[in-house]
Amino acid sequence: MTFSLKDQAAIAGIGVTPFSKSSGVSELSLAAQCVVAACDDAGISPGDIDGLVSYTLDHNEEVDVARAVGARDLTFFSRVHYGGGAAVGTILQAVMAVASGQAENVVCYRAMNGRSGKRMGQGVSGQIITSSYIHYSWYMAYGMLVPGSWIAMIANKYMHEYGVTREDLGRVAISQRNYAQQNPRAYGYGKPLDMETYLASDPIASPLCLYDFCQETDGGCAILVTSADRARSLQRKPAIIRGVSQASTRGQEEMTSFYREELTSLPEMQLAGERAYAMAGLGPDDIDAACLYDAFTSEVIMQLESFGFCGPGEGKDMVRDGALDRDGRLPNNTHGGLISEAYIHGMNNIAEGVRLVRGESTGQPDKAVEHVLVSSGVGVPTGALILGRD
Amino acid sequence: MAGQPSRIKPPLGPDNAWWWEMAAEDKLGIQRCRGCKTLRHPPQPMCGECRSLEWDAVEASGRGTICSFTVLTHPQFPGYDYPLVIVLVDLEEGTRVTSQLVQCDPQEVDFGLPVEMVIHTDPDGFKLPVFRLTGATA
Ligand SMILES: [Zn+2]
Repeated sequence: MTFSLKDQAAIAGIGVTPFSKSSGVSELSLAAQCVVAACDDAGISPGDIDGLVSYTLDHNEEVDVARAVGARDLTFFSRVHYGGGAAVGTILQAVMAVASGQAENVVCYRAMNGRSGKRMGQGVSGQIITSSYIHYSWYMAYGMLVPGSWIAMIANKYMHEYGVTREDLGRVAISQRNYAQQNPRAYGYGKPLDMETYLASDPIASPLCLYDFCQETDGGCAILVTSADRARSLQRKPAIIRGVSQASTRGQEEMTSFYREELTSLPEMQLAGERAYAMAGLGPDDIDAACLYDAFTSEVIMQLESFGFCGPGEGKDMVRDGALDRDGRLPNNTHGGLISEAYIHGMNNIAEGVRLVRGESTGQPDKAVEHVLVSSGVGVPTGALILGRD
Repeated sequence: MAGQPSRIKPPLGPDNAWWWEMAAEDKLGIQRCRGCKTLRHPPQPMCGECRSLEWDAVEASGRGTICSFTVLTHPQFPGYDYPLVIVLVDLEEGTRVTSQLVQCDPQEVDFGLPVEMVIHTDPDGFKLPVFRLTGATA
C-alpha cells in the first residue's frame, strides 16, 4: 500500500522575519512572526494551521507557536534531528502529513537568535548527554569543538585529492556575495567581496578561512505546505513538490564521518539526490537552479558531484566556469545563501527555492526556471528537495 | 593545578571508558569483536558486522600515516594549545583515529606522513594519546 509523494503537495507560502545580529525579541516571537508571514503570503488565516514541524534544535515548542499565532487544533506535529540536516526533512514530514490526510495546512519553521543567543558556531560542550555526548567526546577531548573544525578535516582531504584551491572556495563565496548585492534582506547586502580580500582573510580551521563560513543570524523562516490542489486555489503560484527525501548512509556520524574508506564524497547527499530524482522522474539535466546547503564553501563544490551535475573531482571545474553565477549552468543560492544572506539553518534556502520557481528571486536568472534543487545540511544525515513550476 | 583551565574531559560510560583507561596506562586501544575479530573505532557496544555484543581490546602499535588534518587557530578555548594541529591517522592495524599532532611546526604537517603515538599528560594528570611525526624528538 504505497504511493508516490510526487506532485501531491506544494509550498503555498513562505515567510521570513528581518535577519539581524541582535533581534531584541524572543525566539518565540521570531517563530510566530515568520509563521504568520507564511500564512499571509499564501492568503490563509493562521487559524487554519493544523500541522507544525520544526527542528529538534529549535527552542520553540509547537504548542507555544500554535497558541502564539492562534492556530486551530493541531493534528500533526513533528521534529527532525541533526541540525541543518533537518531542513528538507521538515518538508518531507509535512508532505507525508498532507498526502495521508493527517493535516491540511502544515507550517515548517525555524526561528533562532543564532547570534545574540545560543550560537551554532560555539559548537559542543560538556552540557550534552547520551550517545551524542559520547560521540562528540572523541573530538572535544582533542579540541575539535566547533562545526568548522569537523568540516575542515573533510574539506582538506577533498581539496588535496582533487586539486581544489583556495581560489575555488573563494569563487563560491564571491558568487554568493554578488547575489547578496541585489537582496536587501541579506547580511552581505552592500558589502561586496573580492578575491584579494577573500584570500587575505583570517585562518580559522585550515583550509577554511573567515569567508568560507556561513553567518550567525537572529531570524526566523517558515514554509507553508498544503495539497497541490489547495495550493492552486490560493493567491501565490504554487511550488510543486516533485521529489523530497531524507538520507543517512553506512558509517554516518553527526558531522564527523571520518572512518569511511573514502572521505572525498558525500554518500548521504548522493543517496538523497538519487531518491529525490527517482521520485520526481527527473535528473541533474532537468535542474535549472539550486540552493545547495552552504554552511561552508567547500560543501557547495562537493555537492555538485553528489547530485550528478559533474563527475567526482569536477566540481571545481564547474565553479571555475562560472556555473553558479546568474548566467551560469546552475545559478546557486541566488539570495546569497547561508554564507551571505542569513543562517536560518537552511530554511531560508528552501524559501529561496520557492522564489526561484515563482520567478521572484532578487537574483532570478534570465533563463526559465522549471525545477530547483534544495539540499539540507552537509556532513550530517540530510535530504534533498526538488521544487517545480506548476 | 586547581583553577587552571583544562581540556573538556570525555564522559566515561560503558562503551568508551576502557579506551581512556588504556590511555591512562600509556596505551592506544583498538576495540576488537570477539565474534568475527573485526577491529573498530570509535568503540561501539555492538559489532556492525556480526552483531556480537562481545568484544575485547588490542593495543595498537601506535604507528600510522596522516590521512587528513586541519590546523585550528580560531576560536580558541581554554585548555588547548594553538595553533592546534588535528590529524586523522590511518593506523597500521587498519582502523582510523582522530588525534592531535604534537612537536610539529603546523607548516610541516602533510598528507601521508608517517606518525607515531606518544602519550600526552595534562598538568592535572589527564592522559591522552597524541601523535608526532616519526623520528621527531622532544
Ligand atoms: Zn563481529
